[in-house]
Amino acid sequence: MTNEVVAAPRRSSRRGASFRDAGPPVALVVIFAVFAALSPQFRSVENVQNIVDAAAVLAVVTCGITFVLMMGSIDLSAAGVMGASALTVSLLVANNRNDNDFGLLGILVAVLLGCAFGCLSGLALVLLKVPSFMATLGVSAVGLGVATLMFAGVQPNITDAMLESWAVERFLGFSYLTWIAVACIVVGWLIQRYTRLGRYAFAIGGAEEVLTLSGVKVKPYKVAVFTLAGAFYGLGGVMVTSQLGAGLVQAGDGYDFSAITAAVVGGTLLTGGRGGILHSAVGVVLVMVLTNGLVQVGVSPYWQGGVEGLIVVAAVAAAVIPQRRRNQVVK
Amino acid sequence: MSVPALEVRGLVKHYPGVKALDGVDLVVRQHEVLGLAGENGAGKSTLLKALVGLVTPDAGEIYVRGEPVRLRSVVEAAGHGIGMVFQEQSLVPNLTAAENIVLGSEGAAVRRGLYRWDTMRRLAQEQLDKIGSHIDPLARTDSLSFADRQMVEIAKVLRIEQRSQHPPVVILDEPTSVLESKEIETLFAQIRRLREFASVIFVSHRLDEVLDVCDRVAVLRGGQSVGEVTTEGAVPRELHRMMIGSTGSDDHYHENAAVAVSSEQPRLSVRGLSGATFKDIDLDVAAGEIVGIVGVHGSGREDVCRALFGAEPTTAGEVRMDGKRIDLTSTRAACAAGIGYVPAERKTEGMVGPMSVADNMTLTKQKARCTGPFVAPGKQAGLVDRWIERLSIRTPGRDTAIGRLSGGNQQKVVLARWLVGGDIRLLLLDHPTRGLDIGARSEVYRLMRELAATGVATVLLADSLEEAIGMADRILVMTDGRVATEVACPNGGKPSPLDLVKEMV
Repeated sequence: MTNEVVAAPRRSSRRGASFRDAGPPVALVVIFAVFAALSPQFRSVENVQNIVDAAAVLAVVTCGITFVLMMGSIDLSAAGVMGASALTVSLLVANNRNDNDFGLLGILVAVLLGCAFGCLSGLALVLLKVPSFMATLGVSAVGLGVATLMFAGVQPNITDAMLESWAVERFLGFSYLTWIAVACIVVGWLIQRYTRLGRYAFAIGGAEEVLTLSGVKVKPYKVAVFTLAGAFYGLGGVMVTSQLGAGLVQAGDGYDFSAITAAVVGGTLLTGGRGGILHSAVGVVLVMVLTNGLVQVGVSPYWQGGVEGLIVVAAVAAAVIPQRRRNQVVK
Repeated sequence: MSVPALEVRGLVKHYPGVKALDGVDLVVRQHEVLGLAGENGAGKSTLLKALVGLVTPDAGEIYVRGEPVRLRSVVEAAGHGIGMVFQEQSLVPNLTAAENIVLGSEGAAVRRGLYRWDTMRRLAQEQLDKIGSHIDPLARTDSLSFADRQMVEIAKVLRIEQRSQHPPVVILDEPTSVLESKEIETLFAQIRRLREFASVIFVSHRLDEVLDVCDRVAVLRGGQSVGEVTTEGAVPRELHRMMIGSTGSDDHYHENAAVAVSSEQPRLSVRGLSGATFKDIDLDVAAGEIVGIVGVHGSGREDVCRALFGAEPTTAGEVRMDGKRIDLTSTRAACAAGIGYVPAERKTEGMVGPMSVADNMTLTKQKARCTGPFVAPGKQAGLVDRWIERLSIRTPGRDTAIGRLSGGNQQKVVLARWLVGGDIRLLLLDHPTRGLDIGARSEVYRLMRELAATGVATVLLADSLEEAIGMADRILVMTDGRVATEVACPNGGKPSPLDLVKEMV
């Protein structure tokens, strides 16, 4: 009798997708169906390829930012880091400014530079206790500054065959850049699901205090998460360089905001602890389908920025309203 | 007798202006459930934190199985076999139960930073098996009930066995505060099982629980050990007295200070008030009267209380204050009508933790501290100091952050917020003594009596039936969102809790 503790096994919601998780994919299907019905242009195979190819860079950047958002921090450094990485890679691979021809090694250095910038953000956060909002804003400015120094008034055009081919060559109908993005999503998902770093990023967003009380040293993980995110931004900068055929300071313009939009639309909460890479991937496609679809049905591209902004606000509102009821306190 | 599992000698801890621990001695024997009792501020939580390495004592020694130890972190404490289930549930809600159980001591479940879910599941299952729980280790923690989460916490604490070869010491800090009575019974069964292979320190505000589950109770007062009681045959009152330090007045609810109520025109008059969770509520409260509303969870009484403050939407009904109809669409309107509300969730709704005592006190009645649109520091200081003195609020000063005060003193500041304007006519008290110790409760009761004597009408959602009966002049019993019955509750003719329970279910 004494050992019989009553507790019904709960199988219903183990790990699995909740009602809330289903929202963004359903929205994606519905919106896609609506545009497809409205515009024959939209539903053409080429256009679908276009949408996916156009999503590649955003997907990689969003992978990075997702880890930061899961942790409950925010990262505005993508644009600056991408600019610095774009200039770095364009000056290290074969180009018209110098005699370098480091190829893959140059790309690796650009990605590592991204890591360094991310690490800087993370250290500013945990050592100097600068809120991530300000720390990453500052790092973004530093990145742009570094990029401007390297740019030095003369645009470096790349002549590296491999890097140029990434944006042009296709495999199974999609550009190499798209496959790189897919690889990033898979790697990101594996990190999120099967590494301590990924799970702790998730846990920090859920209840940081509890980790501390359980004897986990949180700070190194925070720095590591920002570093990881920086690697994705660095790669994003390389990819933009491949697309443009040149290293530009503005390579990352707008990606910081678009990535946050995509992550949030996909169901990652800005307060942390919810969402993930796959959510973000859905969010990226959702945003790209919307922008492409609006153009295809005849909405002026000038409206896009505004529409994107409205989408973020609407997505956050939709995510927060059920919570407001439960907690009664929302800031 | 075998060597004690844990022993504390002469533990001292100073905080600026406060001596939290002043030479505490404590012995926890092996396979014993030791209760720890004491008012808020008696040093219980500081002592517990010192035992798990969250607080470094200034002086004194801690011995584990006779060996002196220094505990500088939770991990070190766990290494010595000491673990704690914290008062606020301390699980990461968005992780699985298994991850929570092994958190910080993943061992074989994580190799080189990589998760091995199968191993993790198995390790967690082992822990859950120890306490005979059937929770799915891979369930997300926020999908579990409160009681199940508590089981996960206990399973987690027992992981310290992995780090130390000896029987563990498990500290349970207020584990029952969030549980329903049935869940509490399950927890107690667990505690008795734990005793088979561990020592337990159990802390609760509810002394009947302490006496029920513990073998022995140690009492702290003012940071000192003042004695211990063997629970066999002990009664709560004895413990009360040790905790408070004097024999204490039997007039806990200050019934002698109750005032006669004139019933001519009610101060508050509610007719047919309806909302999402309540319907057709009629309620009159006279000036100086204290009306208790009792009901089980889900009776809708909390929502009625919030609705009267304009914090919950209503669909029908009419509310009059001193005969004048008021419109309860906003809390602002309620404030203007002289209604004050003390919410049950003090920390999230009742106060702004990092803000000073002074700012918290004048939060609602800005006029009281301002000259024109500007805050007048002198005016505010004088006003606040007056109320600090009048309510004997123990705080280092008016500029101290309210979050640093003890619960009882925080609650006095929250109450004072409604008093500084001098125009309070109706107080809505939603569990005003929740989480307070006996001494602080008693002071809140005295304050309620004083306010009633000045003609303030009070609606009280009491923490317990005893409290409702002790304080109220009249009690409304609510079931399923309606007023089931009304019970007169005059001095000398108080109903018994049983009378009320009959009506509640």
